[in-house]
Amino acid sequence: MAQADISVAPVVAQGGHNHPDKWKWYDYFTFNVDHKVIGIQYLVTSFLFYLVGGFMAVLMRTELATPDSDFLTPELYNAFLTNHGTIMIFLWIVPAAIGGFGNYLIPLMIGARDMAFPKLNAIAFWLNPPAGALLVVSFFVGGGAQAGWTSYPPLSEITANLPQTLWCLALVLVGTSSILGSVNFLVTIWKMRVPSMAWDEMPLFCWAMVATAILALFATPVLAAALILLVFDINFGTSFFKPDAGGNVVVYQHLFWFYSHPAVYLMILPIFGIMSEVIPVHARKPIFGYKAIAYSSMTICLVGLFVWVHHMFTSGTAPWMRIFFTISTLIVAVPTGVKIFSWVATLWGGKIRYTTAMLFAVGLLSMFVFGGLSGVTLGAAPFDIHVHDTYYVVGHFHYVLFGGSVFGIYAGIYHWFPKMTGRMLNEPLGKVHFVLTFIGTILTFTPMHSLGIQGMPRRVAMYDPQFTDLNQLVTVGSYILAVSVIPFYINVIWSWMAGKEAGPNPWNAMTMEWTTASPPIIENWEVLPVLTHGPYDYGFEPKEAATGEEALVPK
Amino acid sequence: MQGTVDSTPVVTGHELATHEEHQDLRLLGLITFLCSEFLMFAGFFAVFLVFWGSKAEWPPKETEVELLLPAVNTFILVSSSLVINLGTKAIKNNDLAGLRKWFGITAAMGAVFLVGQVYEYMNLGYGLKTNLFSNCFYLMTGFHGAHVFIGLMLILGVLWRSRRANHYNDITHTGPEMAEIYWHFVDIVWIVLFTLIYLLTLI
Repeated sequence: MAQADISVAPVVAQGGHNHPDKWKWYDYFTFNVDHKVIGIQYLVTSFLFYLVGGFMAVLMRTELATPDSDFLTPELYNAFLTNHGTIMIFLWIVPAAIGGFGNYLIPLMIGARDMAFPKLNAIAFWLNPPAGALLVVSFFVGGGAQAGWTSYPPLSEITANLPQTLWCLALVLVGTSSILGSVNFLVTIWKMRVPSMAWDEMPLFCWAMVATAILALFATPVLAAALILLVFDINFGTSFFKPDAGGNVVVYQHLFWFYSHPAVYLMILPIFGIMSEVIPVHARKPIFGYKAIAYSSMTICLVGLFVWVHHMFTSGTAPWMRIFFTISTLIVAVPTGVKIFSWVATLWGGKIRYTTAMLFAVGLLSMFVFGGLSGVTLGAAPFDIHVHDTYYVVGHFHYVLFGGSVFGIYAGIYHWFPKMTGRMLNEPLGKVHFVLTFIGTILTFTPMHSLGIQGMPRRVAMYDPQFTDLNQLVTVGSYILAVSVIPFYINVIWSWMAGKEAGPNPWNAMTMEWTTASPPIIENWEVLPVLTHGPYDYGFEPKEAATGEEALVPK
Repeated sequence: MQGTVDSTPVVTGHELATHEEHQDLRLLGLITFLCSEFLMFAGFFAVFLVFWGSKAEWPPKETEVELLLPAVNTFILVSSSLVINLGTKAIKNNDLAGLRKWFGITAAMGAVFLVGQVYEYMNLGYGLKTNLFSNCFYLMTGFHGAHVFIGLMLILGVLWRSRRANHYNDITHTGPEMAEIYWHFVDIVWIVLFTLIYLLTLI
């Protein structure tokens, strides 16, 4: 291997020099291998799909403003319900949090010039737009898939066959993208850190991405297996999930949740990483419990692979399984709690700057505690059996996915937008965005818990009139959420064009991405930086000067 | 983390410049990917086992598998894994002719395996749709067959590229090594598959 290095070096050395000094706008629409271009591609694409998925949600909530089915046809409602979930998970949170932030930040944080496999990275991104296109097309060739994002058979095998097949293909595409991306993350973080950076000197976002990548690598192929079997059942006459021909629908549920429960952690672990970056910077304090946070990510990754049956407590699950998976589910709350307390302890006594990024991070903290606790209640089989398939579940997972993941993505955007574009976002507009989002989230998702406990089933276009009042409150909340994105998109577009110049390190942060220009030059640094202090050494004087960049010295 | 400032080695920019072209990580990437790929097959294996555990008769009477041809096929595929290894060993000694010879033989063995598989399909007397066992049988062996085909293409790709002067030598030979690892992967999957479908069902 060492020999190979030397001989290859002159050929590839400075290989980037056949590229321009700066990417033009149209480079972002091409098969570009720069990790920063790919990161932006992921982020912009996912923010577009966020609008599509949000549009579907608003239409559904409008339907649910009255108990009768009087706005959408039931089939269209089901199609929106299915595709809202699918788009928000696979084309919004996952590509934004993992693809977007992961690709943009990982090489910058570990002092690499690019990811380990740049071409593979570009391929992984370009699998996403066709997947989105397939979902859109599925609406025009049979009204869209209607079996929910879980697509349980037999329902998924007897309704809307062609759209369901397209849906499966779309998921296989994003799944492949996710696997290829994870290979890249794992190898990059493992092998391409600057020589001076040990594992426990990495920013915590990198640890979170290691855990995320491992989960994606182990869980995603199992989903692919499930979807392949489903496609064969629908189109090629097999009977894996057809009970009348000897098949077994619960097998699908096991395969599906073996992936889709870890998928929950795929959507939150990178967000935990973002939290661990944003909070110390804006609280001006070293992170509390670096190792605890780093290893708790790995613990969540490990335990998270063994909790999937808690989605299936009402699927005729054997009692021993209910006991085992209740216990394992409750165990996941421990490493998660470790993180929450570490962040709170980081905030404690800090010089907190209430920037919009920090507001979203603290907002996430409160939302996630609430969503996490309702998750603990759902993890307990005796309670879960009563609220299974009710709005309680919908309320719970929107609290963790919206109050958790989406808040985290917002926090990340407000924090790293200056790095990505070289310009600051407008803070007052950001605060308007935060307040609207915060109020909208509480108003939309809190009443759902109450509705669920009262027995309102999920995935329905019509409901009993006794639930009308709370549903109308939820609908109002969803409109506020819809409005809340307007200041955000205006802010992003306006600031990108004409915002205040950011400079290399507007937050006086200490991780490595802030040692280069904003936006970073094409190969990230003229000369690779040297690590002279830990990622969160606020208040410590560095013992050696960095590569002459004052930005490294904490004020 | 915080306490490690002292131990940080001082490295100047010039020394770092040699680090910029990182080592060839493609083998590591491929192995990581194959670990993931294996889990897809593991999903199929799990489905097979669950069905087996819940059926009184597995495989059912009219859809039993034959053993002789698959056993010969297994022998060919497993031996080809040894043959391909001779090929990469040859190129590590800068023996291009050896690489081409052994890779050629491996490709031929892979092709024989695929032909044998198709022959088996045509003579079994039942198809994909016949029953749950045949569903599993054709899906699992079919997916494995597709992977053999991809591996075959990789080997042929290596052979094609080996025509270029000095494309592979004792220093640069990642391509053949990747083809070899992929071929071993296909082999390992087959060993599990053969054990599950052909051997254990005899019991």
